[in-house]
Amino acid sequence: MTHLRSVGAAWRIASVAIALGVLAPVLSLAWLAVGSGLAHWSHLARHVLPQASLNTALLLTGVGVLVLVIGTGCAWLVTACDFPGRKVLHWALLLPLAMPTYIVAFAYLDLLHPIGPVQGAIRWALGFDSPRQFRLPDLRSMPGAIFVLGFVLYPYVYMTARAMFMTQPAHLMEAARTLGATRTGAFFRVALPLARPALAVGLSLALLETLNDIGASEFLGIQTLTVAVYTTWITRSDLAGAAQIACAMLFVVLALVLLERNGRRHQRFGSAQRMRAIQPRRLHGATAWLATFAAALPVMLGFVAPALYLVWETIKRLRLGTGISSGLVASLGNTIGLAAGVTVVTVAAGLVVAWAVRNQGSLGNGARWQARAAVLGYALPGTVLAIGLLTPALAFDGALGSLIGHPGLPLMGAGIVLVVACAIRFLAMPVGGIEAGLARIPPALEQASRLLGETASGTLRRVHLPLLRPAIAAASLLVFVDAMKELPATLLLRPANFDTLATLLYAEAARGTYEEGAMAALAIVVVGLLPVMLLARSGLSVQAEAAR
Amino acid sequence: MTQRLRPPARAVSALSCIAATLLATAMPAHAAEELTLYTTREAGLIQPLISAFSAQSGIKVNTVFVKDGLLERVKAEGARSPADVLMTVDIGNLMDLVDGGVTQPVKSAALDAAIPSNLRGADGQWYALSMRARVLYADKSLPITSFRYEDLANPKYKGKVCIRAGQHPYNTALVSAMIAHDGEAKAEQWLRGVKANLARKATGGDRDVARDILGGICDVGLANSYYVGQMKGSKEGSDARKWGDAIKVIKPTFGNAKSGGTHVNISGAAVAKNAPQRANAVKLLEFLVSEPAQALYAEINYEYPVRKGVALDSIISSSIGELKVDPLPVAEIAKYRKQASALVDKVAFDQ
Amino acid sequence: MSAALQLDDVRLAYEGARGLHTVVESFSMSLDAGAIGCLLGPSGCGKTTVLRAIAGFEPVRAGTIRLGDSVLSSVATHVQPERRRVGMMFQEYALFPHLTAAQNVGFGLKRWARAAQRERVAAMLALVGLADAGERHPHELSGGQQQRVALARALAPEPALLLLDEPFSNLDAATRERLTAEVRDILKAAGQTAVLVTHNEAEAHTMADHIGVMHNGRLMRWAASVRPTRDNG
Repeated sequence: MTHLRSVGAAWRIASVAIALGVLAPVLSLAWLAVGSGLAHWSHLARHVLPQASLNTALLLTGVGVLVLVIGTGCAWLVTACDFPGRKVLHWALLLPLAMPTYIVAFAYLDLLHPIGPVQGAIRWALGFDSPRQFRLPDLRSMPGAIFVLGFVLYPYVYMTARAMFMTQPAHLMEAARTLGATRTGAFFRVALPLARPALAVGLSLALLETLNDIGASEFLGIQTLTVAVYTTWITRSDLAGAAQIACAMLFVVLALVLLERNGRRHQRFGSAQRMRAIQPRRLHGATAWLATFAAALPVMLGFVAPALYLVWETIKRLRLGTGISSGLVASLGNTIGLAAGVTVVTVAAGLVVAWAVRNQGSLGNGARWQARAAVLGYALPGTVLAIGLLTPALAFDGALGSLIGHPGLPLMGAGIVLVVACAIRFLAMPVGGIEAGLARIPPALEQASRLLGETASGTLRRVHLPLLRPAIAAASLLVFVDAMKELPATLLLRPANFDTLATLLYAEAARGTYEEGAMAALAIVVVGLLPVMLLARSGLSVQAEAAR
Repeated sequence: MTQRLRPPARAVSALSCIAATLLATAMPAHAAEELTLYTTREAGLIQPLISAFSAQSGIKVNTVFVKDGLLERVKAEGARSPADVLMTVDIGNLMDLVDGGVTQPVKSAALDAAIPSNLRGADGQWYALSMRARVLYADKSLPITSFRYEDLANPKYKGKVCIRAGQHPYNTALVSAMIAHDGEAKAEQWLRGVKANLARKATGGDRDVARDILGGICDVGLANSYYVGQMKGSKEGSDARKWGDAIKVIKPTFGNAKSGGTHVNISGAAVAKNAPQRANAVKLLEFLVSEPAQALYAEINYEYPVRKGVALDSIISSSIGELKVDPLPVAEIAKYRKQASALVDKVAFDQ
Repeated sequence: MSAALQLDDVRLAYEGARGLHTVVESFSMSLDAGAIGCLLGPSGCGKTTVLRAIAGFEPVRAGTIRLGDSVLSSVATHVQPERRRVGMMFQEYALFPHLTAAQNVGFGLKRWARAAQRERVAAMLALVGLADAGERHPHELSGGQQQRVALARALAPEPALLLLDEPFSNLDAATRERLTAEVRDILKAAGQTAVLVTHNEAEAHTMADHIGVMHNGRLMRWAASVRPTRDNG
């Protein structure tokens, strides 16, 4: 750990300001919750919280198990075995990242509806005429929700597990086998325990996404804590009550964040040298095809089926002659613009925080809280964040407006508050990625640069930034994709005449009109696909580094 | 040695350029007459009305579609809020705006003449612009001609009822009306009965009721009247048309002797408390209750006009027909809304 | 119990871009029970491949590998590594980082009774001179200590044959010399059949009873070793 002093007040102040900015919504939320008294609390505690907490717990458990099994299983399959299609599948397994959860829920509701294609085909095969004669159970249930979320969120575990397995030295497994362990035994006793830190990180990310999800849970009729926050606020106009539930949720969030931190802490299990990685074992015959099927299934269910559905629906609409409205095109432009703006701001802020925190190592752990605050932003569900941000942001906006003589709300009107909300939400990604990237740059490089006369910020520019390019690129891609899919904060904080693809889609789906919903959904997936594929192709190697 | 602050300085100057540009574009480009409308109604529904208004008056309308949190947004914006007119759906939401102190009273003879007194605030704080009825969608083959809301809890419909979330404002309004008529205990009993009759989770939208009836999941359900027009009026061969053709519509009434009418809810508007363009705001409201606008509400949105004498859309006429509106003053419904919502929770209707 | 090792006319190849690429050809050697053999040669000569084939990680394209009475590998049969009772020490230690030294040593003893496991682990650790290091994790041990634990671990399940894949090449010269002599003593005391692979001649002569020189996939010479003196170098 270098003991060179930081570059100066500018970086430190900026970093602290950013961290405080992230904490502001949380504090405002807490204040809202406490300020209203306990009148609502007893009703919530008796009727709403127990069921919502139970549902949330069940959902988290179910999704957790499913993503661990799928993510770890596929990651191991793709690392240890060679089978037809492996070269494509090993990055294709990441594709569901391009699918927002609400779109997949919406697609499967249609696909699996009694009058939809799947049940229609089953009825035709079994010789039934009408859905009244034969019908599968409804997707709108807890198992349905677990299925949908599990098959969309497993890439988080797959990504980290694969990176871990890819760098595990082959001879560890061989040693286990010379000691009498079978291949399966070696996997459970050696490979899996060593991958546990990576699995913990992936699992906590997937569970945070589950907790944050509002679209899928609402469509599928599951009253989670997030949905309870939303409905308490909207239908009961009880902002204080909603804030109280949100604060209760923060405990769950805290637990998940601790899980992730704990995972990262134990990563010193990695070995120091670069060693021969596991060579995939070629499978033959039926086993090989079984492996192909097993690895292809999550991609099919999590990406291909919903994507094909969206394409089909779009073609149907276009054929009916409704065409593409200018509103759809406008929202496409807005979505890309918003995502780009958010990416630039977030990655820049992440760089500031990561750099400032790292350089204050000599001050001990005092500065680390800024990086921890960044993670908090990601852990806060979008709705909670937006509600919390509203008060401080608009107060600031009003003050700014009067300062520059603007009669309205300049920041809000320009969409800056929305950008800030998204930046707070996604700050964790660049902070984490750049922190990891910085940690891998040997201190000797920095020391050499300083001894050659370069200042700290000059070293950042000439030495660190070029070396950080992969980490920055990966973080930018992740933020861009997530910003494109963002829904709850956009719904609340958008300026006049501003629709993104996500808000367009949500309004349609909520109303039950699917005219442009499918096209908007397809647009989100297509635009998000490119970064995901780039990330998948190159990012896996970056992740391999980051996992160490 | 001197700090070479190039990177941060460069970043700061870049950011200030961006900020300045954004602020410049956010400044009101003041020239023609303008009006800012905050609404929770989707673009497709009110855009024709807005365009007609702009064409007739020459006033440009800036629209902000806020799906949720209209009250919070306007309250937080405070005195500097650019909102002139606040438009929303459901009497409960409208009364929230009034109770939240973000509206101002309006005196307008045109508005008072066009809108019946039970559909507007006595002090002019709020005005209903259109009505929608909560009606029964039923499978076409079902031998049913009349229906009371209370019947939905009848065990003969066990496993046959589809409905959207109990907490949705359309449903809590119905429950509020029931509380107003029959008291809280009866309403709770009814809710428990309906929950026991549910064929699937109370979720989704109103159109999903029609879709699920076609799909054989259920036989009956409660939904709003305007969807009937939308679905039955869709292009031949489209999904919506198939759903619309699968159902028939019954006008339910309240069993209570005093009532005997169908439950309605409203879409309405109010002038914002700190409206910068107050005069234009009133002009918009007056336009919206004028005959041409009310006819648009009926034809394009398939809603029931508040103004007397305006014709209904033909599909609505034939499938549903004229309403006998529940005489309960609409503002009463808003009074019981919190209780209704609490009841839905108590009964765990949405679980 | 230790057994005799026999390789007859073994051919090893891997699947390359253009079909099978032969790495080792016509390889024959035999080693009595309790003897220590060594394969000496530069990198790329195929010695590690032979070792991996004996362990069961490479298939045999021709010939047979026998250990004691049983055939381990041939064109027709391939016994899985976990069933061969062949222990191995690796160049890169290969201690399981998430287990303590004692847990590492006990890894191959899963089917033993608990008490017997504990006894054996303690005995092996004492044998390699690390009786009080059982609770430490690998990253808390020096390179030499890690190799001792690796030896203890490999010997604990009483393998019929022990393979050593350049186990000392990552250590400094002094440790290497000391460890080489110690390991030979331990193996001889236990009567353990062993095959060592190395490119270091001095190591070969210190450890082994028989040395085979390999070049380009073929065994050039298989002869008794000469214990090194100043003159032979």
